[in-house]
Amino acid sequence: MPDLLLELFSEEIPARMQGKAADDLRRMVTDKLVAEGLVYEGAKAFATPRRLALTVHGIPARQPDLKTERRGPKVGAPDAAVQGFLKATGLKSLDEAKIQRDPKGDFYIGLIEKPGRDAIDVLAEILPVIIRTFPWPKSMRWGARSGKPGSLNWVRPLHAITATFGLETEEPDVVKFEVDGIESGQTTYGHRFLAPAAISVRRFEDYEAKLLDAKVVLDPERRKDAILTDAKQLAFAQGFELVEDPNLLDEVAGLVEWPVVLMGSFEPEFLATPGEVIRATIRNNQKCFVVSDPKSTDKTGKLANKFILVANIEATDGGKTIIAGNERVIRARLSDAKFFYETDLKTKLEDRLPKFEQIVFHEKLGTQAARIKRIERLAAEIAPLVGADVAKATRAAHLAKADLLTEVVGEFPEVQGLMGKYYALAQGEDASVAAACEEHYKPQGPADRVPTDPVSVAVALADKIDTLVGFWAIDEKPTGSKDPYALRRAALGVIRIVLENQTQISLREVAWGHLERSYGKQYLEVAEKLDDLMVFFEDRLKVQLRDQKARYDLVDAVLNTGSLVQGHPIVAVVRRVEALGKFLDTDDGKNLLAGTKRASNILSIEEKKDKRLFDGAPDASLYTLGEEKALARAIDEVTAEARAAVAKEDFAAAMSVMAELRPPVDAFFDKVRVNDDDPKVRENRLKLLNEIRSATRAVADFSKIQD
Amino acid sequence: MDASLPAHMRPERSFQGFILALQRFWAEQGCVILQPYDMEMGAGTFHPATTLRALGPKPWNAAYVQPSRRPKDGRYGENPNRMQHYYQFQVIMKPSPPNLQELYLKSLAAIGIDSAVHDIRFVEDDWESPTLGAWGLGWECWCDGMEVSQFTYFQQVAGFECAPVAGELTYGLERLAMYVQGVDRVYDLNFNGREGDAKVTYGDVFLQAEQEYSRHNFEVADTAMLFEQFKMAEAACRKYLDAGWREGGNSKQHLMALPAYDQCIKASHVFNLLDARGVISVTERQSYILRVRELAKACGEAWIHTEAGGAA
Repeated sequence: MPDLLLELFSEEIPARMQGKAADDLRRMVTDKLVAEGLVYEGAKAFATPRRLALTVHGIPARQPDLKTERRGPKVGAPDAAVQGFLKATGLKSLDEAKIQRDPKGDFYIGLIEKPGRDAIDVLAEILPVIIRTFPWPKSMRWGARSGKPGSLNWVRPLHAITATFGLETEEPDVVKFEVDGIESGQTTYGHRFLAPAAISVRRFEDYEAKLLDAKVVLDPERRKDAILTDAKQLAFAQGFELVEDPNLLDEVAGLVEWPVVLMGSFEPEFLATPGEVIRATIRNNQKCFVVSDPKSTDKTGKLANKFILVANIEATDGGKTIIAGNERVIRARLSDAKFFYETDLKTKLEDRLPKFEQIVFHEKLGTQAARIKRIERLAAEIAPLVGADVAKATRAAHLAKADLLTEVVGEFPEVQGLMGKYYALAQGEDASVAAACEEHYKPQGPADRVPTDPVSVAVALADKIDTLVGFWAIDEKPTGSKDPYALRRAALGVIRIVLENQTQISLREVAWGHLERSYGKQYLEVAEKLDDLMVFFEDRLKVQLRDQKARYDLVDAVLNTGSLVQGHPIVAVVRRVEALGKFLDTDDGKNLLAGTKRASNILSIEEKKDKRLFDGAPDASLYTLGEEKALARAIDEVTAEARAAVAKEDFAAAMSVMAELRPPVDAFFDKVRVNDDDPKVRENRLKLLNEIRSATRAVADFSKIQD
Repeated sequence: MDASLPAHMRPERSFQGFILALQRFWAEQGCVILQPYDMEMGAGTFHPATTLRALGPKPWNAAYVQPSRRPKDGRYGENPNRMQHYYQFQVIMKPSPPNLQELYLKSLAAIGIDSAVHDIRFVEDDWESPTLGAWGLGWECWCDGMEVSQFTYFQQVAGFECAPVAGELTYGLERLAMYVQGVDRVYDLNFNGREGDAKVTYGDVFLQAEQEYSRHNFEVADTAMLFEQFKMAEAACRKYLDAGWREGGNSKQHLMALPAYDQCIKASHVFNLLDARGVISVTERQSYILRVRELAKACGEAWIHTEAGGAA
């Protein structure tokens, strides 16, 4: 079956838009083909700075013929209706129509046979529409035609369209169409500088090969591979290691058609500036990679005074001029960065704080200064709960945001926190205080490290909980995909911090205290807002535990009896889930679960039958059999002991106490007929079954557990 | 590059030779070579040959040097490449020719930047001027990792759609010349291409000015007077705009768009001076920018009702 080759050749497409544009092109063309009844075998799209390309192979040469029936007017309808029907169906007269009877009468039915069209004609129709409606994030007009309405919008001026269609064995045809004065053809162009001449192409295979000869690597993945391999090699050859940077690699691969990797250097004196600042400078401003020196003893991988750049040409001087030019620019940039850093060091962090009084954090939540005060207060509250020194936690919270006002962070927002640490250390702050300036932002995402230093833990929790309580108080919760204040991330951060540090705090108590102390009375009548926040935490916790392959049903079973809303600590919930899981792996656990479920099943049947609940204590005087008495006794003992163990958060003990229930439960079902003929005895036995259910609720809601 | 040029006129030896080479190149492309506009402005785009001529249907190709004043960028002559006064070389072609990128690359060759050894790149950079109510799409042009020009397809100016679209090129002359001459400090640029006693450097010409104007811009500029000047320029602009309208038959005409626009340029520069003196708060800043933009829009509206602006 024939293949399509499409190339849209333009001026330089922004790197960040290329990937999505290639996807959009593939999706739009293939969706349209399928909608036109042309089911293809495969499709692949590519982008370089100057072209979007698409190959679709295995497209049928013709659309299938379509037969459709169209219902017309009633027999005997006025002539106007009949004429309309004939026109719409293309029938010459009513003789060609069938008559169909239905409850409303007899109707004419026209059978329309629509012969399939040649795929190339369909393509000639759909491609210009796709080009005209292409979803660029930003597009523009250009040239003389932009003086008239209706001119083409494209990301940058579009110069040529290649569109061919045909079988592998034959000379393909050009899919003929025109967009805004550009006629489709089979001529494209090579590399802007290395091989700018026109190239005539037939189909994808020779297109890709001829482009390669003309110094254009079409596939962005190939460009990325080449850059990465060469960059690693170049670094390795000099005894260094490339600092990999996938986002930068994506971007750089979108800036070149013919990647040539070169290495330059800068003065070693610049290495006195923090490595992250050097990296941000070189990466953000110059789109170059940095290189680390493995011989350095610094565990974080100290940078070498080298950088790796990716040029778009094979220079006739071997790249000497290009390297020298880039070195000049990088030297100037690093001088600026060094100047910013040294300027920042001249001002103490606390001296920057008054400026926060002018900066609004959120119109309903006050200034940054007010927010910092709240975080300080909360960090002081949390500190004793997590084993942190109160004075240090307060100090850290006081300084932690100050680096936002420094020159370096103004220039490179991604080093916020980190610079705070450097500046805190430079002004002689305690090491924990300095570390907290950086770590209180953590964890930033699922892959990020969780702080462990108690001071960092206190400030990190305070920062996140303040944000969550604040936004809940003013009803700015995340909805659907909208989470502009990253509240989901904050909640997940709290969960990971308390879990990984095994921190025993009741979120509800902490949040309630904070709301009361820091947000004032107007929010106090809103306990349900806090309940809602705790439910939000529970949902995040479920997601987190599910990601760790914990059993979803066990999480529900535990949350149903000991939730965050009730003030239970997250750690306790998780430990209980673990203990429950282990217990259910034992025979005792499995049998107790089976027994409990059997009790629940019988109860729900009988409850339905009698239309009543069998709650309330059973009457000991109505026990007739030894097994009943034994079970009742065991329930009393086990419930008390399990509750005591749970209160001590010794969930393993609670579970082994539960195991003691198994023999009497088994014996009861073995020997005792629940539905006794005496209604009083029956009621009493049902109440006893209900007691089994309540007893197990001391550890979890067994009804939520799946077999 | 023209090999017949005497050494002191070669773009890699002489700042003035560098400018002349660019002018000559664009003259050969059919541009009218204008002289700098005789008012203080922050960028070559403010020149009426760009701002106003970009509007309306009539073709327009021009190139010129424009001294650009950015009071806040003054560094008392102590920074190697930041100044409150520098030169931009501006090219505007309306409609944008289909080979504008090629022309730009040829212009680089004309000033000694050979694309066989230099890595020239077009890196996304969308341009927007809030004070002019203008935006366009294009690139910053990189040469070996250094931004050397802005390349913009104007989509809107003074709040009006550009129809047709003009292509605008802006070269940062000092920076490019420093690269071509191989000097790290702008004041070390050879201005006249001569050597020994006859050599005049960029510092000889401008260093004292940088020191004096930095003092003026940051410390002494009379803010009370400047606030007054802003108001006066704004009022004058409105007055000339009001006075310029003529109703003739079924069409409206404007007869004083250019003098009115001069007052808009004036207001913009006065605002920049006030900003440098640090007497405009963050919230006020936005409102000043909006006031200048309103003037620019009103001038654009007047311009498209003049003969050169395309009025019938």
